[in-house]
Amino acid sequence: MESLFVISQSDKRPLYLQIMDQIKRRIAAGDWAEGQSIPSTRQLAADLQVSVITVKRAYLELEREGVIVTHQGKGSRIASTPGLAGRLREDELQEHLEKATRIALELGLRPRELEKRLRDAGDRIAERETV
Amino acid sequence: MSDLAIEMSGVAKTYPFFSLDDLQLNVPRGEIMGLIGPNGAGKSTTIRILMGLVHQDAGEVHVLGHRMPAEQIAAKWEIGFASEDMRLYESMTVAWHMGFIQSIYPTWDPTYAQLLLKRFGLQPEQKVKGLSHGQRVKTSLLLVFARKPKLLVLDEPTTGLDPVARHEILRELTDVMRDEGRTVLFSSHHTQDVEQISDRITFIDRGHIIDSMDKETYLDRWRRLRLEVPLGVELPALPGVINVRQQGRLAIATANAFRSDLANAYERTGARVQGIEAMTLEEIFVANVERSREEVEA
Repeated sequence: MESLFVISQSDKRPLYLQIMDQIKRRIAAGDWAEGQSIPSTRQLAADLQVSVITVKRAYLELEREGVIVTHQGKGSRIASTPGLAGRLREDELQEHLEKATRIALELGLRPRELEKRLRDAGDRIAERETV
Repeated sequence: MSDLAIEMSGVAKTYPFFSLDDLQLNVPRGEIMGLIGPNGAGKSTTIRILMGLVHQDAGEVHVLGHRMPAEQIAAKWEIGFASEDMRLYESMTVAWHMGFIQSIYPTWDPTYAQLLLKRFGLQPEQKVKGLSHGQRVKTSLLLVFARKPKLLVLDEPTTGLDPVARHEILRELTDVMRDEGRTVLFSSHHTQDVEQISDRITFIDRGHIIDSMDKETYLDRWRRLRLEVPLGVELPALPGVINVRQQGRLAIATANAFRSDLANAYERTGARVQGIEAMTLEEIFVANVERSREEVEA
C-alpha cells in the first residue's frame, strides 16, 4: 500500500522533525492505535525517499518522548500509554498557546487582553462554521 | 516597437515521433523567462525555432520585432545564444576566442569581458582542450554576455556545473537585468534556478505549453493541504483541487488553483485542515508531470 507520508520541500524544519510530526498526527487522528506496530525504519525511509539515518533519528526522538517503543530485533510500536492520542493533541495545543502568548508579550498585551482575543477568535470560528 | 521581446503564436512543428502543437509564447522585454519541462518536452525545439535554426511548419514567430526565420540574420546581431552543443576551437585559447567574437560584434564590451574573466576564474592564455566542462560552459557564456545582446537565449546554461559555478552564472544573469531593456530566456532542469531568478515561468510537457505566467502568481496557485477526515465524513470534489489521497483519517489534497476559501470549504464538510503548505517549483513540476501522465493512461 502506498504510504501517505509526504515530506514538504518548502517546510524549513529538519526532515526528522517533519517525520515525527506526521507520526504524531497519525496517532492523534486515531489511525495508529496504542500498541500497534509501525513500519521499520528501512521501510519508511524507502517510502519517503530519505536516508535510513534520518528516520532512525525521528524514531529515537519519539522514543525519548515516550511516543513509541523499540525492541531490538522486533521493530517499533506505538507506546501502550492509555490516552496517548489525547495527550498528543494536548501537547499541540500547549505549543500553539505558548507561541501565541510569546507574540502577545512582544506586543505588550496584558493577560486579560489576550483572554479576550482568544474568546474573539472562538466567536469568529463559530461564525464561519454556521455560514 | 512591441513591448514583447519574443512573440510566438500558433507555432507547430511535426517530427516522426514528436510534435509541437499550437505553441503560444510571449516574453515581455526586461524580464527573465524560465522554460521548464521534462526531457523531450520540446524546450530545445522551441528555442531552435525562435533562433531560426529550425523552421516551423506553421505559425508566426517574432523576435525583437524580426520575423523568424525570414529575418534571422538581422535578429542574430541582437541575440546572444548559447547551448550545450556549441563548440569552441580546441587548440585555441580563451583570449583568442574573445578577440574573434570582438572582431565580429561591434557591441563587444572589453571592460566587461575582463571583469567576467575574473569573476568566472578563467585564464585567458589557457587552450580550450585543457578546460573542464564547467570552464567551457563559462567561456561560452562569457563570449555571449560580453556582447551585451538585447536578448539572451540560453539552453540549459547551468547543466553540469558545480554549485559555485552555478551561482556565478545566476549572478551574471540577474546582473544583466539591471538594464531594463534586456531580456533573458533560459531553459533548465534545475527547478531551483528557475524558481530563484525568473520573473516568468513557462512549463512545457509533450510539445504543449501547460502554463505560462508570472512566477509569483504561478507558485501562489499551488498548495498542499493536510486534512484530518473524521469517520463518516466524505471529502467532496472541490474545484481547483487536482488530487486527493486519503489513508485512514488523514488526507492530502493538492490544489493548482488555490484560494483561501478552499480551506473553509473543507472545514464545512467536517474535515479539519491541519496545515496548508506552499510547494516548491520542483514539487509542482513533479505533480504536473505525474498528472499529465495519468491523464494519458486513463
